[in-house]
Amino acid sequence: MAKAYETVIGLEVHVELATKTKIFCGCSTAFGGAPNTHTCPVCTGMPGSLPVLNKEVVNKAIAVGLATNCTITQNCKFDRKNYFYPDNPQNYQISQLYYPICRNGKVEIEVEGKKKWIGIHEIHMEEDAGKLIHDPYTDSSLVDFNRSGVPLIEIVSEPDMRSAEEVIAYLDKLRMTIQYLGASDCKLNEGSMRADVNLSIREVGAEEFGTRTEMKNLNSFKAIARAIENERERQIDILEAGEKVVQETRRWDDTKEYSYAMRSKEDAQDYRYFPDPDLVPIIISDEWLDDIRAKQPEFREEKKARYQEEYGLPEYDADILTGTKKLADIFEETIALDANPKKVSNWLMVETMRILKEKEMDADDITFSAKNLAKLIKLTDSQAINSTVAKEVFEKIFEDDIDPESYVEEKGLKTVNDEGALRSTIEQVIADNPQSVEDYRNGKEKAIGFLVGQTMKAMKGKANPGMVNQILKELL
Amino acid sequence: MDFSITAVELGKKIKAGEISVVEATTAYLDAMEAREKDINAFVTIDREGALARAEEVQKGIDEGKYTGPLAGVPVAIKDNMCVEGMLTTCSSKILSNFVPTYTATAVQKLIDAGAVIVGKANMDEFAMGSTTETSFYGETKNPWDLDRVPGGSSGGSAAAVAAEEVPFALGSDTGGSIRQPAGFCGVVGIKPTYGRVSRYGLIAYGSSLDQIGPLAKDVTDCATILEAICGKDDKDSTSVKEAGDDFTAALVDDVKGLKIGIPKDYLGEGLDPEVKESVLAAAKALEAKGAIVEEFDLSLVEYAIPAYYIIASAEASSNLERFDGVKYGYRTEEFSDLHNMYKKTRSEGFGPEVKRRIMLGSFVLSSGYFDAYYMKALRTKALIKKAFDKAFEKYDVILGPVAPTTALKLGESLSDPIKMYLGDIYTVSVNLAGLPGISLPCGYDKNGLPIGLQLLGKHFDEKTIIRAAYAFEQTSEYKRPAYAVERGE
Amino acid sequence: MQITDETIDYVGILAKLELSPEEKEQAKKDMTNMLEYVGKLNELDTEGVEPMSHTFSVNNVFREDVVTNGDDRENMLANAPEKKDGAYKVPRTFD
Repeated sequence: MAKAYETVIGLEVHVELATKTKIFCGCSTAFGGAPNTHTCPVCTGMPGSLPVLNKEVVNKAIAVGLATNCTITQNCKFDRKNYFYPDNPQNYQISQLYYPICRNGKVEIEVEGKKKWIGIHEIHMEEDAGKLIHDPYTDSSLVDFNRSGVPLIEIVSEPDMRSAEEVIAYLDKLRMTIQYLGASDCKLNEGSMRADVNLSIREVGAEEFGTRTEMKNLNSFKAIARAIENERERQIDILEAGEKVVQETRRWDDTKEYSYAMRSKEDAQDYRYFPDPDLVPIIISDEWLDDIRAKQPEFREEKKARYQEEYGLPEYDADILTGTKKLADIFEETIALDANPKKVSNWLMVETMRILKEKEMDADDITFSAKNLAKLIKLTDSQAINSTVAKEVFEKIFEDDIDPESYVEEKGLKTVNDEGALRSTIEQVIADNPQSVEDYRNGKEKAIGFLVGQTMKAMKGKANPGMVNQILKELL
Repeated sequence: MDFSITAVELGKKIKAGEISVVEATTAYLDAMEAREKDINAFVTIDREGALARAEEVQKGIDEGKYTGPLAGVPVAIKDNMCVEGMLTTCSSKILSNFVPTYTATAVQKLIDAGAVIVGKANMDEFAMGSTTETSFYGETKNPWDLDRVPGGSSGGSAAAVAAEEVPFALGSDTGGSIRQPAGFCGVVGIKPTYGRVSRYGLIAYGSSLDQIGPLAKDVTDCATILEAICGKDDKDSTSVKEAGDDFTAALVDDVKGLKIGIPKDYLGEGLDPEVKESVLAAAKALEAKGAIVEEFDLSLVEYAIPAYYIIASAEASSNLERFDGVKYGYRTEEFSDLHNMYKKTRSEGFGPEVKRRIMLGSFVLSSGYFDAYYMKALRTKALIKKAFDKAFEKYDVILGPVAPTTALKLGESLSDPIKMYLGDIYTVSVNLAGLPGISLPCGYDKNGLPIGLQLLGKHFDEKTIIRAAYAFEQTSEYKRPAYAVERGE
Repeated sequence: MQITDETIDYVGILAKLELSPEEKEQAKKDMTNMLEYVGKLNELDTEGVEPMSHTFSVNNVFREDVVTNGDDRENMLANAPEKKDGAYKVPRTFD
């Protein structure tokens, strides 16, 4: 390849806002209902129905805008985007084109130690579409409007990214910020966060942008990275062959690892936007903005710094703990119950991470409570249980959020500190394992480990390991 | 039964026990049965439902649940307002099987006031037209002359009141659709200020222009009905609670010192001399009662129709997208795929006038034309509103004709759409500016056809035009069409 | 401006209307006339005039974020031309 190319990427990120009700009607946004059980005349586009805006959607959109350094449009409006599709009940989507709620923002990302600002062109509010399910029996599609009208914000970046790594870092930054705000859970695999990638190629040093394509259907960070790589190659091949990239929307198929153009002669891509006459302007006063500003939470960077300073955690640990809002929340809640910060951090950094990895889960999926973790730490602090038992109990906490105190009591897992009982057990172990005893006496230090193990086994793991060691040495 | 009485008069008789709700409802249902083959004012008549409801309302009146002036009074609802469990078609094939599971707020308020819905009134398909000839269910005839149109789009509502098939009706007005048929049929109609009456459940044509209002025999009825249906609705973001909604308090015969302006632009070319004469005579009558009347230049009148047709068609093209054969209404029988289903359903389901406006509206919103047409029209709208604001700095009421002519012959205007649109010249600017307007009979031409007088007021100042209309009404006698008189009791 | 066959076809795609050859001819004529007529607005100087969507100054109309609607599926599907398993049935949308 003679020429060097640069990839230019901009993102359109859709985020479902975590409100109780839909954007324009009082239907629930809860996941998982039977088809069309969360619908009403408004979100099914019945004739004569009218939209009424959910105030919380505006609050959350403003909060995201402020957190991403945007200018808030203090007189903003909704527009209609017209296109026919069965998941779009009115055949127009209520969105914002002319006066989006946020503009001109930026977020800082870090890739391989290098920091960079990514510009945000705008953030607008809109309604989500329904879901289409293919029905193989009748070879038709079934429409479920439960998701129709769920509030979305679309965050449109500037074409400031140059690699898949930057894209991932940007998405991660957005996700973290929005999760910290409690504005959305931002799960790519469940569709509460969705990214469309606009990508073009140009020769290094060129000033003009190349023709871009838009890639849809990217459901994981991995899919995004693969799709970017694939599209970059595809466009370079086209340019190298002396042909021109066609501006189009493409759909990524992650199992086949290739994309195809979503073109149809019935799809003119002419959305005929115009101001929605059914909705009135939103005037956002300075007081309203101040109010939301005052309620903004501590974000990741601030938290990370505070963890290091206040709790003396290493930077690495602070980074992991603040890496998801969920972990940071558990960490802080557990400390609030008088647990030692370093010990809490340890449980989260070691055991929690291990189990998450084993079970291929995200920190967001954690269901155990801070209360039970705090109790567990108390049990170990008082030496009521040993560390082996503690790990075992923690697994139960992780699994079912059990109360460790009653669990330990019930299962009789308390450490045996009774010297008499220990001594007689150890005497028995020594009597039963003459070979190991002799090995030890002949200088094989390791043999004592076997004897400790045998003692623990005999005591069903509940022996105080320090005492076992001490008595063994004494008797040998 | 005496069908010449007004809704409020009937309400009084019912309250006094002179006639029961069932008797009154039965009488009107019988009248409808006898007259409908001539008039065709209704798409749906719900005899069974109305009689059951009449019994229920009578019980409610006896128990003191319904005490208002409209309790027990039969009413016709224009067929673009949803009524739960009642076929609601917009006079279109595409909704020919649509039975809403919810009720329009304005209609619900009438139900809450004890009115008895007897049926759904015919209209121009999706309210697009000025003659009620674009209805899928056949044209409605004018009770004053069965060879003539009743006006439109609320032609069924106006004709039903004039033919005395119902004491009153609800209509909707996007560019004159209450006022013009009221004028053609010799009844009274009010187009309230935009936002005064909830649009929830009104199947939208031009959302920024549509407004529901009453049609009845006199100003008192209209004020009473409007008082019942107005108000802020949590389901309609564009409805408001504004003071001055005690409309019946304005029913006083006093216009002393009232400043009335007549736009010279409304009296020029195209206006039928008989209509002009009659309207000016009405102004004289008000002047004789102490009003101060003068002519002035309103300006921009000729730009209202083009701006109106761009805005209304654009909004309609979007509002009518939902009729696609997926969720309700007509679906074509055979289709090859999704888009073919859409196209066939809509092409078979909509009539020519609706298609014409959808095409125009889609075009003016399309890429490359949006600014030149739609935005230009919205800017023109701003200028028209400003011209009215300026006029209302000087005048309390603006007076003029409702339409350039009296009712046209059936079929006369359909051949040339632009000619039909020009008939809206005195009504559309009111919708663009969001103002209230009232239409009432002020005379009759040489053919005996009624002539409509239009009074326009400031935003949310319906009371002043109701007062002026009421005062004028005292100087004239309500005339019943010979058709209704001959039909008798 | 003169409306061409291509424009009518294009608008037909946008509006999902399929016109017969006769309807198309009529539509071309109607739209050409109509656009010529509304072109009258070009006589007006609207430079600097703010486009007006609403004539009244109502703003900030909101709902509180409280669930008010329950399961009303039966009613929502009551008018569906075709339905299956609690959903609206439409021609296939998947390739």
